[in-house]
Amino acid sequence: MSPEDLLFAKTHEWVAVAEENGAKVATLGLSAFAIEALTDLVYIDLPAVGRQVEAEQPFCEVESVKAVSDIYSPVEGEVIAVNDALPDALEILGSDPYGAGWIAKIKITDEAGLSNLMDHAAYQEQCK
Amino acid sequence: MSDNLPLTPTPLHDWHVAHGGRMVGFAGWSMPVQYTSIVEEHQATRSTVGLFDISHMGRVLVDGPDATTFLDSLLTRSVADMKPHQIRYSLICNEQGGILDDILAYRIVLKEGDPPGLGMVVNASNREKIVAWLQSQVGGHDVEIRDVTAVYSMIALQGPKAIELLDPLTPFELTSMRYYTGQLMEMTGVDCFVSRTGYTGEDGCEIICDADKVVGIWEQLAELADKVGGRAVGLAARDTLRLEAGMPLYGHELSESINPVEAGLDFAINLHNRDFVGKEALVEYRKNGQHRVRVGLQLEGRRVAREGCRLLRGGSEIGVVTSGTFSPSFERPIAMGYVKDTSAALGTSLTVDIRGKEHSATVVPLPFYQRGN
Repeated sequence: MSPEDLLFAKTHEWVAVAEENGAKVATLGLSAFAIEALTDLVYIDLPAVGRQVEAEQPFCEVESVKAVSDIYSPVEGEVIAVNDALPDALEILGSDPYGAGWIAKIKITDEAGLSNLMDHAAYQEQCK
Repeated sequence: MSDNLPLTPTPLHDWHVAHGGRMVGFAGWSMPVQYTSIVEEHQATRSTVGLFDISHMGRVLVDGPDATTFLDSLLTRSVADMKPHQIRYSLICNEQGGILDDILAYRIVLKEGDPPGLGMVVNASNREKIVAWLQSQVGGHDVEIRDVTAVYSMIALQGPKAIELLDPLTPFELTSMRYYTGQLMEMTGVDCFVSRTGYTGEDGCEIICDADKVVGIWEQLAELADKVGGRAVGLAARDTLRLEAGMPLYGHELSESINPVEAGLDFAINLHNRDFVGKEALVEYRKNGQHRVRVGLQLEGRRVAREGCRLLRGGSEIGVVTSGTFSPSFERPIAMGYVKDTSAALGTSLTVDIRGKEHSATVVPLPFYQRGN
């Protein structure tokens, strides 16, 4: 996926929203900028499938040599899939952040949080 | 990263920025936390060389006829018996035996034949406190205390190839220099104070020179380092290196509410035939044993126990983590912390509370890493 087609949270998650089986699903990952800033990733704590998440609340964490960082869900919903390949291949987050580096899919129950997201150009501005 | 006070740049600031250094505030200084990858900078230091800007460290000179007796009355190890060129790790304690700072004391010979002077390198975070403490303790001593931190700059070249890289740059035969000694010499034509000391667990040198001369030396060392696979190293890898080497860091393992005995720094206390601030308290600490002990911890899994994580045994809290990281050398989480003396035996199984989840940890010997000879 191209970053220009994605929405971004101020906490550096990217989101792609699509219809899946009649429901709105948000696929979420971390921006290239965030991965570059973290560097030396050593661990990701993926959420359990089925977990209910609240908008703008942490639901997963990623750890680098230097620090641990929360990953926030931009929307309210249910985790319906996680990228099980990541824990053993964290380098994917850096090599393909907007594709194979996706982290989780969330079935949206309240999409209000989406209105707080930025387009890529606005996000780039924030990262300056 | 955001600090209310403006940060002081070191003389190497522009070099750091030009070479991708991510600058952060540290003890009032703007310092590179990393240039590229912490792991790569760490591994370069372990396998070849790492080049460190440590200009933020406090440099203090103590001159005058009473310099020796004065420092001897404040440091936990003797200064009076230090030979010319010798360097000694020591602590400065308050009356209660709490650690004000851990420092290096230097017996400096400025010119052959001159009486040696005394210098200290103190932690950046403690510099102002220590200078004020020294001044408050002068009493009837005839001494002059000079904070020369800004006059000089300080860099370190550390790693198995450090000495062989530096040796050709100076007429002095560096390979013959003993550990924990240092002296003035020309390096690349610049007057430098070079010592065989460091904070990484590797062999190497620390170099002090005039602040306006350091960029030239640094650039030459960076170029030489690059040729052997070495590189500039930021504060983040300096921390993973010292942690693997089991070295305490002030503000983490050391503070005014920790005494040297529980910190495992008995070797840095000399009570024999001398008196110094804090001695009576240290005599008591030694007599009564310690109720808590600094230990090394090895964790299962990949989650890192960081400063402040609680340590538990049988459901009760028995200690706290003071430093933790993911060890680049061992590819697993390591930590240091304080535990009750009854839980400090090597091999003791503990649990550590990492953000609400309990993980297994084991008390292991310090240091985690020791270089081969």
